[in-house]
Amino acid sequence: MFHTLGRYILLLRLSFKKPEKFTVYWAEVMREMNSQGVGSLGIIAIISVFIGAVATVQVAFQLSSPLVPQSIAGSISRDSTILEFSPTISALVLAGRIGSSIASQIGTMRVTEQIDALEIMGVNTPGYLISPKIISGVTMIPLLTVVSVLLGLSGGYIACIVSRDISPTDYVVGLRDSFKPVIVTVCAVKSIAFGFVITSVCSYFGFYTSGGALEVGQSATKGVVFSCIWILFADLIISSTIL
Amino acid sequence: MIEVKDIHKTFGENEVLKGISATFKPGKNNLIIGGSGSGKTTLLKCIVGLHEPTKGEVFYDNQNFTEMHFSERVHIRKEIGMLFQNSALFDSMTVEQNIMFPLNLFTDQSKEEKLERANFCLERVNLKGKNKLYPSELSGGMKKRVGIARAISMQPKYLFVDEPNSGLDPLTSILIDELIAELTEEYNITTVVVTHDMNSVMGIGDHIIFLYNGQKWWEGTNHDIAHTDNKELNDFVFASKFMKAAREKL
Repeated sequence: MFHTLGRYILLLRLSFKKPEKFTVYWAEVMREMNSQGVGSLGIIAIISVFIGAVATVQVAFQLSSPLVPQSIAGSISRDSTILEFSPTISALVLAGRIGSSIASQIGTMRVTEQIDALEIMGVNTPGYLISPKIISGVTMIPLLTVVSVLLGLSGGYIACIVSRDISPTDYVVGLRDSFKPVIVTVCAVKSIAFGFVITSVCSYFGFYTSGGALEVGQSATKGVVFSCIWILFADLIISSTIL
Repeated sequence: MIEVKDIHKTFGENEVLKGISATFKPGKNNLIIGGSGSGKTTLLKCIVGLHEPTKGEVFYDNQNFTEMHFSERVHIRKEIGMLFQNSALFDSMTVEQNIMFPLNLFTDQSKEEKLERANFCLERVNLKGKNKLYPSELSGGMKKRVGIARAISMQPKYLFVDEPNSGLDPLTSILIDELIAELTEEYNITTVVVTHDMNSVMGIGDHIIFLYNGQKWWEGTNHDIAHTDNKELNDFVFASKFMKAAREKL
């Protein structure tokens, strides 16, 4: 375990060495942002709307009492969407989508000697292959989380219209009631941390792939599994530290 | 000129290379031959720095490459071109982008100059006009030629080629061998080719090293091979009935 951790830290250190040529790296960052950000918009939009809707319906069901104001459902739905559902569930889904892609892409480059070819040319391979992915991850995943929050809350509103468990007006009142800005801070910190975890952990497993097609698949699986575990661990640490 | 001195390489308890020393001169096709598992590719990887030798040293024009730090090696690596067994072209890039990649990273040339160089390299390997194709759209022989074009794009002093004929038909193999030999002579490159293809050995082997069981077992030229009495080398080179018959006619 310490050996793996040590190799991971050393790989990260190499990843952030001064680039050979800034423009070439910048082009890679842009390509990754497009792939990770734009490429994930669809799946994030779908899961966010449904999660927001389901959360609202279930909260409304659990608080169906004449003693509790209906608008509370909106407040609880907002807090749980911003604090947990949008950053964490989005990250778990993105670990599958982005993480497996990163691990298999780098792993395939390793087993087909493309990484060796880069090294022969004198390229700092961790820097060229990994740093654009991490930079893209820590910028695009927070942006995707913002989209997820907005769509999640919209999903809740749609659920109110469709299910009529609570009125849309009460829902909107609840969304605006007793809002604490710290939950946005927690959401931002989580999404940045998750972006880093997904891209760096999956890059690590891809980079140290050896063998053939079977091992590339195994690296992708390991990358996703370890990313998910670290996402949940980081989720607990960040929540307990900031809240 | 490249010199390797007493190279040892061990993986776990398996000693793959057992003290190999050799000199590879410029303008010559230096071939490393040997059976599967004899350590050819490992030796090549030790020379180019993809593997660190357990013991021994590699010198590029009297500069000790083995003792250099990664950042110090970069200036030598810019003078190295390598063709890999599976070509190792970057899948996400077109032929033209593959060839221009080292130029983009390590030169300050304008886009027009880089494009001109890429076109020159493609023309040199008889692939003019194939700029916009992706590696997945190329045949095995074309991939090898694009690999060579990429390897020579930086005008290397040293060219390393790992199994250039694997997976190719005999005619394409000969064309690739001829191309390597032409480039070596034309630009006075120090070329090191790892192969077990006997057509290559007989066709372009100016200087041949035969590895056997991790050791340098024999050294000579393609003319010497036909008359050697080295048993292991004879067993390797003249393994087929056709080659045996051809030798008897010599």
